[in-house]
Amino acid sequence: MVVGFVVGGTEPLIGKSKEAEIKRINKELANIRSKFKGDKALDGYSKKKYVCKLLFIFLLGHDIDFGHMEAVNLLSSNRYTEKQIGYLFISVLVNSNSELIRLINNAIKNDLASRNPTFMGLALHCIANVGSREMAEAFAGEIPKILVAGDTMDSVKQSAALCLLRLYRTSPDLVPMGDWTSRVVHLLNDQHLGVVTAATSLITTLAQKNPEEFKTSVSLAVSRLSRIVTSASTDLQDYTYYFVPAPWLSVKLLRLLQCYPPPDPAVRGRLTECLETILNKAQEPPKSKKVQHSNAKNAVLFEAISLIIHHDSEPNLLVRACNQLGQFLQHRETNLRYLALESMCTLASSEFSHEAVKTHIETVINALKTERDVSVRQRAVDLLYAMCDRSNAQQIVAEMLNYLETADYSIREEIVLKVAILAEKYAVDYTWYVDTILNLIRIAGDYVSEEVWYRVIQIVINRDDVQGYAAKTVFEALQAPACHENLVKVGGYILGEFGNLIAGDPRSSPLIQFNLLHSKFHLCSVPTRALLLSTYIKFVNLFPEIKTTIQDVLRSDSQLKNADVELQQRAVEYLRLSTIASTDILATVLEEMPPFPERESSILAKLKKKKGPSTVTDLEEIKKERSSDMNGSAEPTPVNASNVSTPSPSADLLGLGAVPLTNSAPAPSSSGSLLVDVFSDSSVAVPLAPGSEDNFASSSDLASSEVVSEEPADAVHDADELIHKFICKNNGVLFENQLLQIGLKSEFRQNLGRMFIFYGNKTSTQFLNFTPTVICSDELQSSLNLQTKPVDPIVDGGAQVQQVVNIECISDFMDAPILNIQFRYGGTLQNLSVKLPITLNKFFQPTEMSSQDFFQRWKQLSSSKQEVQNIFKAKHPMDTEITKAKIIGFGSALLEEVDPNPANFVGAGIIHTKTIQIGCLLRLEPNLQAQMYRLTLRTSKEAVSRRLCELLSEQF
Amino acid sequence: MTRPRGSSYCCLAPRAWGDPARDPRDLCPQMRFMLLFSRQGKLRLQKWCVAAGERERRKMVRELMQVVLARKPKMCSFLEWRDLKVVYKRYASLYFCCAIEGPDNELLTLELIHRYVELLDKYFGSVCELDIIFNFEKAYFILDEFLMGGEIQDTSKKSVLKAIEQADLLQEEDESPRSVLEEMGLA
Repeated sequence: MVVGFVVGGTEPLIGKSKEAEIKRINKELANIRSKFKGDKALDGYSKKKYVCKLLFIFLLGHDIDFGHMEAVNLLSSNRYTEKQIGYLFISVLVNSNSELIRLINNAIKNDLASRNPTFMGLALHCIANVGSREMAEAFAGEIPKILVAGDTMDSVKQSAALCLLRLYRTSPDLVPMGDWTSRVVHLLNDQHLGVVTAATSLITTLAQKNPEEFKTSVSLAVSRLSRIVTSASTDLQDYTYYFVPAPWLSVKLLRLLQCYPPPDPAVRGRLTECLETILNKAQEPPKSKKVQHSNAKNAVLFEAISLIIHHDSEPNLLVRACNQLGQFLQHRETNLRYLALESMCTLASSEFSHEAVKTHIETVINALKTERDVSVRQRAVDLLYAMCDRSNAQQIVAEMLNYLETADYSIREEIVLKVAILAEKYAVDYTWYVDTILNLIRIAGDYVSEEVWYRVIQIVINRDDVQGYAAKTVFEALQAPACHENLVKVGGYILGEFGNLIAGDPRSSPLIQFNLLHSKFHLCSVPTRALLLSTYIKFVNLFPEIKTTIQDVLRSDSQLKNADVELQQRAVEYLRLSTIASTDILATVLEEMPPFPERESSILAKLKKKKGPSTVTDLEEIKKERSSDMNGSAEPTPVNASNVSTPSPSADLLGLGAVPLTNSAPAPSSSGSLLVDVFSDSSVAVPLAPGSEDNFASSSDLASSEVVSEEPADAVHDADELIHKFICKNNGVLFENQLLQIGLKSEFRQNLGRMFIFYGNKTSTQFLNFTPTVICSDELQSSLNLQTKPVDPIVDGGAQVQQVVNIECISDFMDAPILNIQFRYGGTLQNLSVKLPITLNKFFQPTEMSSQDFFQRWKQLSSSKQEVQNIFKAKHPMDTEITKAKIIGFGSALLEEVDPNPANFVGAGIIHTKTIQIGCLLRLEPNLQAQMYRLTLRTSKEAVSRRLCELLSEQF
Repeated sequence: MTRPRGSSYCCLAPRAWGDPARDPRDLCPQMRFMLLFSRQGKLRLQKWCVAAGERERRKMVRELMQVVLARKPKMCSFLEWRDLKVVYKRYASLYFCCAIEGPDNELLTLELIHRYVELLDKYFGSVCELDIIFNFEKAYFILDEFLMGGEIQDTSKKSVLKAIEQADLLQEEDESPRSVLEEMGLA
């Protein structure tokens, strides 16, 4: 009939210009409209013809705004073809127009009750096609009855099952569970494979939401599956598809089984046999050369592998699955390579097969280089990310960086995020991390989001072992004539903080650093320029010798009169600050940034957002070696340790979430923040790293109870625990209770040191008579010279005061000094004491030496008085990287390739005191089986050996 | 000096068995829609298995046609598009294209397309694009017998064709008594 319409017109419909087509269509629409509106009642046949034409026009892409009523009228026709066109029109064109729905529902109701299977089929299809809530309300109760009624024909059962499934998907609340559910499960045993196929779809969806009610489906599904996979290819007649027995049903059954854990042993044995048979068949020669055969066979195979991964309990099957996928990785069919890469991603998450997946690394890297289809390359990137662990991180990151140079624009940002995450997560050596991120900026600067460069700054600030290297590297990178603006930002920030570390080299003298940065200034956007201005003022503090040069720049019209108000304000304020403030004030105001509190990497958060949580969750689960991460050791994080903020994007660095302030300190404006005491933010609620909470909470609880007892002795005793945290680090929170927080920041050089103690009043009430005193025992006084300045006796609510302790080590010492604090809070006298973590190892200077030197000295120090040894049980997971980090943190050099046994650690250093210098050698031998360590220290002085051994033993 | 620091990554607890709510994988993925379009970007058939507004549908169709038509012959038949996976195959001048949810079985979707083509071929006898243009309602009826709500209803070629043939018989019975006069609207 439509053909008639096309050939009936004078112009051909297809192949003519768009305008001609529209003209022709409009003419036809006008004609149909007049027929519908005409006085003469149309007979069913004409109505059908015109409704069909409307549908045709709609499918050509034109809007149809009439004819719905005529279509609904066709539904009540007794002629099959008229009814059929009516239903088709409704299915294609009606979404949920409420008035019509009532009429449509009536017609459907009649057809369902007609007991004519053809009419029932049409009605069920219409319900499934429209699938609206109104339809669910009307029919969700009726359809289960049709489904399980004994006299329903097979074809109607199939339609009813799938129709119910559709309604359950849109409105699960409207489908009542009841007696029918148990009868539906038994459809898995039905004679008719078409009924079983349709029923399995329904059961899987229902079982996922109500696993208990459909538990019995597991054994039925297994026996059905078993019958299918063992059947000869001719047994199932028309349900065999290109020599593969019932592939659709097999896949659906395997999917249903994934709703449940591995079944009981009896059933499980049978299922394992099925899975093995499927894996075996993959190795058999194909029964047909047609791609349909291999596709259907492999569809079942991939679903079986999904089930094996889901059960994650049969190492044998997992490894076989992995090998099979490994073969597919090199298959000539692109589709199979794609799916193998995808499926292996999930396989990498199983501890049984993670190693097996890793063996394919070269193939996957090769795929990245040679695949011609970006969607396949994308899968290869995902798989590399999933299989990455400490053993192959360097290789994988290098390959991803390589690929990034030519990668498709659509996936660059994601690769950048992945590289940044892997580089951070598996960094053994943070210089490698810094190099990697700078490479990222160089190769794909435009795709490096703020999160990535914020993160590298966070890490450099928090790890003082990498700061010098970072400064040197960014300085070199900035030499490039054209460098990305993101590099200028990172460079500006890092040189502003740590430029002094490379200023000794005449090639990177202060003036050269400044000129280098300033040469980029004019090419940068406003936010970057603002950041650079902050770098300049930091330079004024770091390098007084170039102060006038910087002042000249700040004073120039292009800065002071800049049209951008932010730049202008910074220039004016910085210039003023550099002119009037004394060196001391400048030093305080522009001090190095305090460490950032740890929290979830904002990059990871971004990747999760990009990819949807489930993808990343899977990948995270893979990494079962969290405890072995260098970043994984549980340490409370310093919350506040300095009194300066830089008017730079530092606030954003804290992460994505807003940080709630717990007191009412005014939010510092960007310009004012420089001079505002940021300690008013000190009680910011900072979420701690996951593992550290217990540790942190218990120590503060402990201490808070001591305050009331007013017995310093007890407090000191328990506070011994606290100083262990500071053996291998210099900054952090020493003590915290409801009233008071004490933060520390310290630096040591040879036999001298300086410690900043920050006292934060967490309440809104003043502390009166606030008197902190550092007490040294008589014995200690002769070997440790401490000088403190008194602090203001009044500490306002929410405020923070700082006290500087200058330290000089005269000779080696055992004990730690005690910090006693007394103050009045709300009329009661508070008294507490904590040990100050000034320990002998703080005066360590690392010494590098060759293996030969080491053993020569080791032998020289062999008398029993010089050696102290301790054998102890490991208190923390025994991880090589953490151990290394701790030995370096302790202060000694970590000597690689010195000990003949690579599992052992050796270190060397010199303790500097005013009177003598004491050479120290140490050796740590872990015993993984016994979870024990043996620590040996040899120094020329027994007491020193003993003390160092004592201190270091506590760390592992 | 080095300070080992707190972990930046949160590790999730391992999955618990028997608690599907915790399993991130959707085990009942659904086909969202199926499209047939020509190499010239003319839409020939559309089947939507989930509700979507007309405007949104047109936007998706336009966008997806562009993506698929831009792909080269030897490329993989699967691609990620929006939050969906698209499985497509070209038969002569027509692209058959299914949008499925991520966890669905891609290879089997490819064979679902093939089975549909076989059904069309059997019914029309070496089917071509014009058959589908001029007998679009038949193409829809065959699809409806084969798929419902995006789920395969019957994989047997025989059962599907039997159902269609029965319907055709009904049609002939319906239409046989019509006279030429009736046909011209003169009766």
